[in-house]
Amino acid sequence: MSDVKLIKVTVDGQEIEVPLGATALQAAELAGAEIPRFCYHERLSIAGNCRMCLVEVEKAPKPVASCAFPVMDGMKIITDSPTVRNARRGVMEFLLINHPLDCPICDQGGECDLQDQAVAYGHDASRYREHKRSVTDKYFGPLIKPIMTRCIQCTRCVRFSTEVAGTPELGAVSRGEALEITTYVEKALSSELSGNLIDICPVGALTSRPYAYMSRPWELSKVDSIDVLDATGTNIRVDSRGPDVLRILPRVHEEVNEEWMADRGRFSFDALKHRRLDRPWVKRDGKLRPASWPEAFEAIAARLKGLPGDRIGAVAGGLADAESVLALKDLMAGLGSQNLDCREDGAALDGSNRAFYLFNSTIAGIDQADAVLIIGSNPRVEAPVLNARIRKRAMARVPVGVIGPRPDLTYPAQHLGDGPDALRGLMDGAFGEALRKAKRPLILLGRGALRRPDGAAILAAAWKLAQSLNAITGEWNGFNLLHNAGGQVAALDIGFLPGQGGKHLGAMLGGGVDALWLLGADELDPALIGAETFVIYQGHHGDRAAARADVILPGASYLEKDGLYVSTEGRVQRGRRAVFPPGEAREDWRILRAASDYLGGALPYDDHAAIRQRLIEVNPVFAHPDEAPVPAPVPGAPAGDAGALGSEPFAPAITNYYQADIFGRASDVMAECARAHAAQGAPTPAMAAE
Amino acid sequence: MTEAAVDHLDPNWRNSQAEPDSFEFDAESEAQIAKILARYPAEKKASGVIPLLYVVQKQMGRQTGSAWVPRVAMDKVGERLGMAPIRVFEVATFYFMFNTRPIGRFHLQVCGTTPCMLRGSDDVLRACKDAGKLKGYGDTSEDGAFTLTEVECLGACVNAPILQVDDDYYEDLDYDRTVQLIEALRRGERPKPGSTIGRQTSAPEGGPLTLLDVPLAREGGGN
Repeated sequence: MSDVKLIKVTVDGQEIEVPLGATALQAAELAGAEIPRFCYHERLSIAGNCRMCLVEVEKAPKPVASCAFPVMDGMKIITDSPTVRNARRGVMEFLLINHPLDCPICDQGGECDLQDQAVAYGHDASRYREHKRSVTDKYFGPLIKPIMTRCIQCTRCVRFSTEVAGTPELGAVSRGEALEITTYVEKALSSELSGNLIDICPVGALTSRPYAYMSRPWELSKVDSIDVLDATGTNIRVDSRGPDVLRILPRVHEEVNEEWMADRGRFSFDALKHRRLDRPWVKRDGKLRPASWPEAFEAIAARLKGLPGDRIGAVAGGLADAESVLALKDLMAGLGSQNLDCREDGAALDGSNRAFYLFNSTIAGIDQADAVLIIGSNPRVEAPVLNARIRKRAMARVPVGVIGPRPDLTYPAQHLGDGPDALRGLMDGAFGEALRKAKRPLILLGRGALRRPDGAAILAAAWKLAQSLNAITGEWNGFNLLHNAGGQVAALDIGFLPGQGGKHLGAMLGGGVDALWLLGADELDPALIGAETFVIYQGHHGDRAAARADVILPGASYLEKDGLYVSTEGRVQRGRRAVFPPGEAREDWRILRAASDYLGGALPYDDHAAIRQRLIEVNPVFAHPDEAPVPAPVPGAPAGDAGALGSEPFAPAITNYYQADIFGRASDVMAECARAHAAQGAPTPAMAAE
Repeated sequence: MTEAAVDHLDPNWRNSQAEPDSFEFDAESEAQIAKILARYPAEKKASGVIPLLYVVQKQMGRQTGSAWVPRVAMDKVGERLGMAPIRVFEVATFYFMFNTRPIGRFHLQVCGTTPCMLRGSDDVLRACKDAGKLKGYGDTSEDGAFTLTEVECLGACVNAPILQVDDDYYEDLDYDRTVQLIEALRRGERPKPGSTIGRQTSAPEGGPLTLLDVPLAREGGGN
């Protein structure tokens, strides 16, 4: 940013330097002056239609809207004067003319920009005696509850859905007093980022439907945590009251999620109340019966006794925290088993080097990519927030190519082929030319491309492609793997993969082991497990794997335990407990620690600090929370013959966004979303012009 | 408040039963569209949204006798211009010159702004109601012949009061001449647009009063 010219402006008598092209509002903020606003939002285009940000500029004949007023050298801005106060009071009075006085029943109450600013900048009483306008309510789908009479027409939602989400469905129709924000026809918003509309709406016009009339903000206890329902590593704040999680909001993290959040992470927490495993179960006489913890552990110990290590296996699911994965690995080591796998979908990941399975360019690095190639992935549903970053680049005319299914990514993308075949001739085509010209090409490989017989070949071919583009250097690593679950990378970092002579998942199924420990592994098909295999299911929801289990150990979900998670870009982040797990359920690593007592060979950690220390011993990355990897030259290449590509077209990794994981499948809200979206068919096609 | 605006407060206005199942541009419209789009660079063709909506409205008038813009046609415009449907919808609902629901065969647009009002627009309105069998602004006559709309200044104040019928201005009206005009329209005639008292453009009534010594004016030429 050194080439940006700095100019001097004076804000309330204080001289500061701001970059040329900044607005008066930005200059005032730099100087520490508070400017009220409704329509202005840092991440959206400037609309300048609410007029709340009026300031005085010396020599300007009347107050100016600071959000849309570019600074000039030597400009004198006055943010607080009788004129400014008067102007803002006037604007506020106009805004309140048609705004209903329903704060007592409004869900925005207590965290409403209009409420706050009316107190700070408005009149003390209304002079308005005429009829107020009312607007018929709309239907925006199961997540957003619009009460459009409260709308002050700032158009933030219109700009968000058009510019960030890339689903131009909201608009301001009609005009004057009749102006309304609405969708084209009454249908659910198709965006996977629609929940953010609730956050950006400065009033109570767009509120959360599941949270409607639930609580007031000051009644909630707030816990900072991490969303693990996709691999972005979105920073979240979990609001709970007593034993109930009431809502989840995103936190700002510029390098990860900016301030956005995906809908499944935001709205699927009602699953915490459905289909929970809240006590241990043991199968006796072919039927699962409630048991106590000691009974469950004894049943396991009885079955595992005398089994050789290579007849025992363990699978870690995608939502597992690092601590429990490590505890399970240590437990298996104690039992003499090398049969470990964390790739529930059978994806051909190579754990030998961290760079082989990370999103190496980093999420923030997407902003610098100058050509993007997506292989076998639909980032729109696999990582909606990350997709919004790619969209930003695509809108800046960075070429985007897609190999695989032809999804609507919300931005223009060139379709280069359906299967791995397209990789062969890629560099001869026009897109190959664009990749070659790019200084920072970004190759995004999805799980959909790896969970197939030729997955290892595709991984190797994608790596080779990145190398041939000179994209794996100390400056930039353009090879990126996009995972679909928040616990995946931590398990890889711990090395939860088949050890020396160990069996991978495919070999463990179909009777390859006599006892199988499933740590929240619900994405694999339990029908593939051998009929004689003794299955221990440790997890929080009674999904299909639990139904197959011989012993069920009730664990805690990510909202109910402290744990470390590693995002797809390799960022270690800390999740925190917001509520306690139900009934007898416990934190997962503690369950494994307790089980180890029964299985001979107690694990050597008794508290969280000790297991964190052990994590750092296993992999030092756990000592560096919230750091994204820096690019470095990588020796070697993933195992796999880059030439052995198949010809089968890539299949999408996620076909039903709302029910893609165990939370989505247990959530009523997500079920409602899936119904609404199935009913209205394909979403509106992406518009190249926007 | 404009009539178009009132429509939107009716919760069922979108699902108007008149909404056709489909809309395709006819050959005449296609020719106009080709001409319109030639005015804009290919990547800025969205600029053609207003002219294209007019093309739609005209075609509906030709084909059904009711010049309006149905939603299916807005979709077609959006498709043609690479715009999201909602963006077309915003434009079509912003300008009240686009009728977002069916209207009568003749669109009677009465100017009621100050100059016209002072010059007798109330009589014009009364004549429209009487001769067109209309209850008031926003109404469409039962035979489907006329729709009455109030408009703001049409910019022809010198020849006030004015009635705009579809695209044509009829000027210098009074009650009787308005009735005659409407009856002529009903008979299928299209009286010549312009002043109904034979005024030359917006020259003074009864011929020029000033600059009489300018040769051209005296000879009645110049126009």
